[in-house]
Amino acid sequence: MSKLLQLHDFGAPGAKSFEALRAGAAQSGCSTTGGNGKSGCGSAAGQGDLPPEIWEKVKNHPCYSEQAHHHFARMHVAVAPACNIQCNYCNRKYDCANESRPGVVSEKLTPEQAARKVIAVASTIPQMTVLGIAGPGDALANPAKTFKTFELVTATAPDIKLCLSTNGLMLPDYVEQIAAMNVDHVTITINMIDPEIGAQIYPWIFYNHRRFTGVEASKILSERQLLGLEMLTARGILVKVNSVMIPGINDRHLIEVNKAVKSRGAFLHNIMPLISEPEHGTVFGLEGRRGPSAQELKALQDDCEGEMNMMRHCRQCRADAVGLLGEDRSAEFTTDKVMEMEVEYDLAARQAYQAKVEAERDAIALAKQRELATLADETATIKIQVAIATKGGGVINEHFGHAHEFQIYEVSTAGAKFIGHRRVDLYCEGGYASETGIEPILKALNDCTAVLVAKIGLCPKDSLAGAGIEAVEDYAFEYIEQSVIAYFKDYLARVGKSEIRHVARGDADIRQGAFVAS
Amino acid sequence: MAYKIVTSQCTVCGACEFECPNAAISMKRGTYVIDAVKCTECEGHFDKPQCVAVCPVDNTCVPA
Repeated sequence: MSKLLQLHDFGAPGAKSFEALRAGAAQSGCSTTGGNGKSGCGSAAGQGDLPPEIWEKVKNHPCYSEQAHHHFARMHVAVAPACNIQCNYCNRKYDCANESRPGVVSEKLTPEQAARKVIAVASTIPQMTVLGIAGPGDALANPAKTFKTFELVTATAPDIKLCLSTNGLMLPDYVEQIAAMNVDHVTITINMIDPEIGAQIYPWIFYNHRRFTGVEASKILSERQLLGLEMLTARGILVKVNSVMIPGINDRHLIEVNKAVKSRGAFLHNIMPLISEPEHGTVFGLEGRRGPSAQELKALQDDCEGEMNMMRHCRQCRADAVGLLGEDRSAEFTTDKVMEMEVEYDLAARQAYQAKVEAERDAIALAKQRELATLADETATIKIQVAIATKGGGVINEHFGHAHEFQIYEVSTAGAKFIGHRRVDLYCEGGYASETGIEPILKALNDCTAVLVAKIGLCPKDSLAGAGIEAVEDYAFEYIEQSVIAYFKDYLARVGKSEIRHVARGDADIRQGAFVAS
Repeated sequence: MAYKIVTSQCTVCGACEFECPNAAISMKRGTYVIDAVKCTECEGHFDKPQCVAVCPVDNTCVPA
């Protein structure tokens, strides 16, 4: 097993500010630069699969590159509260259900406050490479605030990539401005291309000074979304399409949506599970519409996979989220705190830090390649899912009891592929096992054969074993993908020697809601 | 002949502020208010009062 590269193994200028950056980063970074041809999870595509200019755009964007999400962070600033459409999965009495957990009021910022916050975060978290505006309403229903924020940030921090998320209704009107501001990435939420289906999702839209309802509303919305998508791709702007999977309404229809957006040049498709708990007060929540199970979601994502990249690492984060996708550091950067912080933007130090992260990503890729090569002679048709406890950095470095989420990999002789994550409540709170016990975690991991952790206690280990899930500490602090493949090899060997019997696993629960620090 | 905003309903999203053709809507002490002197209920401008049409929460912009 290869030794983890430490950041100080690389000679680079500005050692002093490095230490400061490392302390602020709290997590070392590293990841994979793929390369074994097209991996199943398109967003895991490495440099080898993409033209260099596209790779340059996605390699450090945690949402556009699955590998990058282990290492690079993004932040959202909540400058765009207004919205011009109503979605049945969103309750405007609170924050947007899709981008921001309902019931939690985010701090709304002025563009000036937002710009200051961006610089403060970028100076504290050197892996922060992307600024997104995702509401809590719609970025383009608040064009003045959105573009003013971008303008202020670009003036001080030209290296930060700009990104925005929109429902697409006003998109065609702002494509020129988006291109002029060098916004590299745009996300459009497209849940349907059939207005009849749209009428079940959108009760109304506000367009051209009028409120439209029913099929007519969805027809306008859909036309505007697809036109906006075409205009963006024609200008070389990368577009991610978000779709909410609503069982019984658009679950099968999303395959059509996938084809439509693929043919118009969308780069990445992110199918997300519906969030519909009754207490959120959304129409879907109140009528008891359920979200999809883990395997239903995976089956749809698999059906849409082909030439199209599928995103599977989305955490449905809040409109004010800060940090790596699997963590939430927004509480460290409230307006009060940001205004008090002494901020100095050190571009050179940020770039040097990111170069070190790149080097570690390469090391991880190499380790994975080597491990994969050892599987070359295996012919087994077995496919298993393995859960990982990680704090980021592409390493198995989290204690089972401290894990807020588990990352799920599917592994076969073709290699390891990231397929999703499962949010859980902490099993271990202040040193004691939680009162709700291990049951919810067993349900969340029910489709997994094993869970790889840095450390686990005897009691949860026994409970997992009882549910047929093997808890493994042998790969503590090793690279994730390399370890998953190594575990799989060992699993096959044990099946071969009849030490264990391979059994198919069942379905699993998806915990609802966006990722927030609890 | 004017509309008002029900404070307890309003989420302060600001969607109405930019749609009002009379610039009658402004932020006062953390909430949006409609200046009754400036409000024309959009008569002569649009079919419907714009604040009502764009407001994402029902029964928030109502006749005063």
